[in-house]
Amino acid sequence: MRVHLTVNGERRQADDVWEGESLLYLLRERLGLPGSKNACEQGECGSCSVYLDGEVVCACLVAAGQAVGREVVTVEGLADGADLHPVQQAFLDAGAVQCGFCTPGLLVTVHDLLARDAAPEDAEIREALAGNLCRCTGYEKILDAVRDAAGRLA
Amino acid sequence: MEFLAPGSWPDALAARAENPGAVPIAGGTDVMVDLNFDRHRPDALIDLTRVGELREWSVAEDGTVRLGAGVSFARVMSELSALAPGLAMASRTVGSPQIRVRGTVGGNLGSASPAGDAHPVLLAVGAAVEVESAARGPRAIPVSEFFTGVKTSALEPDELISAVLLPAATGPQQFAKVGTRNAMVIAVTSFGLALHPEQGRVGAAIGSAAPTPLSAVDAQDYAAGELVDLWSSRGELPGGVAARFGELVAAAARPIDDVRGTAAYRRHALSVLARRTLTWAWDEYRRAA
Ligand SMILES: Cc1cc2nc3c(=O)[nH]c(=O)nc-3n(C[C@H](O)[C@H](O)[C@H](O)COP(=O)(O)OP(=O)(O)OC[C@H]3O[C@@H](n4cnc5c(N)ncnc54)[C@H](O)[C@@H]3O)c2cc1C
Ligand code: FES
Ligand code: FES
Repeated sequence: MRVHLTVNGERRQADDVWEGESLLYLLRERLGLPGSKNACEQGECGSCSVYLDGEVVCACLVAAGQAVGREVVTVEGLADGADLHPVQQAFLDAGAVQCGFCTPGLLVTVHDLLARDAAPEDAEIREALAGNLCRCTGYEKILDAVRDAAGRLA
Repeated sequence: MEFLAPGSWPDALAARAENPGAVPIAGGTDVMVDLNFDRHRPDALIDLTRVGELREWSVAEDGTVRLGAGVSFARVMSELSALAPGLAMASRTVGSPQIRVRGTVGGNLGSASPAGDAHPVLLAVGAAVEVESAARGPRAIPVSEFFTGVKTSALEPDELISAVLLPAATGPQQFAKVGTRNAMVIAVTSFGLALHPEQGRVGAAIGSAAPTPLSAVDAQDYAAGELVDLWSSRGELPGGVAARFGELVAAAARPIDDVRGTAAYRRHALSVLARRTLTWAWDEYRRAA
């Protein structure tokens, strides 16, 4: 089937999409946007987190057809040209990126958290990130990065 | 495979009737996992996310909340915490924020897992599942008759779930769940409780400790009997009542040993959850005086 949707502000189209395919596959394999990662394909890890009509979802659990006509923002859409978004810069500066596999999903999730709550408490940060797994950092640097990003955005 | 995207409820019912081999998809948090792992390849998907009617909820004059099958857990938490506090508490424990934004109460019922977190509370409040087919129109199935076995339900192949009907809360409600961490856990066991002061009734139901979600009937009757003179006085819960209630809840379970826990642990955990939640709910009822 043919699908069309808006991704990072651009109207995109793909042909010969399999009807049972996920939005994650569509983004990575057909639209050339490999930022969102595929680590579990079962909603457990959050590395595929993207905005769908303004809400953060696991792209691996959205059928491509369900995204037709909708607006998707991926990690590729966070930076302003060459200028990293403050959340991205904070992750780099805090050392919150090791292998980096979890990072795209975390960036989108933290971007959303700070858009809704400019100064979250630690408990709220942990709750907001409960669906994003990181096997490398032990999360402390990630929490540092979120606090730092909140400061930069304030 | 086909992808059907009905834009209205009548169109969705027609698509269901015409495509017996199709699988409806709402939030996709169960359906997509099956597709991604190639466990199941249906003839077609019927996308319900464009059926606006399913995302609405309303309250009738008699206090019945009609919750569209497509309302997400995230919305139950933010919009229904006063009318359906138990369901809102249960919703808060589902998966992660990403899962709660997509996952729906209708999808929870559609999957009919014994571990579905909406189910114990829906049993405890005495909810009904409203289903409909193009051929026979709508009918309401009491939740107590909805679950027929492990992941099977009374939903007919040509029917869709339109809504859940539940009475607006008239007293405190609780939900508690045991798992290995706070987020992202399938319940080892879970428990839902609802006080119905105006009826002198206590609803109590168990999740993840029997082939289906289950009401703890003896525990409900026992609690109602012990509380009969206390609803109006809002007196203290007599010593031993909460503990005995917990024992009766544990006795109602029919748990098995599996990867998430042993049967003995599930029974023990249930007795603790039931004792605690009855105590919390009764304290809340007394404070509300
Ligand atoms: C990472 C992860 C964590 C999870 N954690 C939990 C948890 O903590 N607690 C819990 O209870 N569940 C959990 N789940 C399971 C799932 O999120 C829930 O069962 C959810 O309620 C499913 O809703 P959905 O809208 O996504 O359903 P879908 O996946 O779209 O559908 C589920 C089933 O219901 C059917 N269906 C959906 N809507 C209708 C309708 N209107 N009429 C008829 N049939 C319908 C579908 O055909 C399918 O069989 C988790 C899932 C994942 C991936
Ligand atoms: S790949 Fe989607 S949550 Fe892991
Ligand atoms: S940095 Fe490796 S998984 Fe998070």
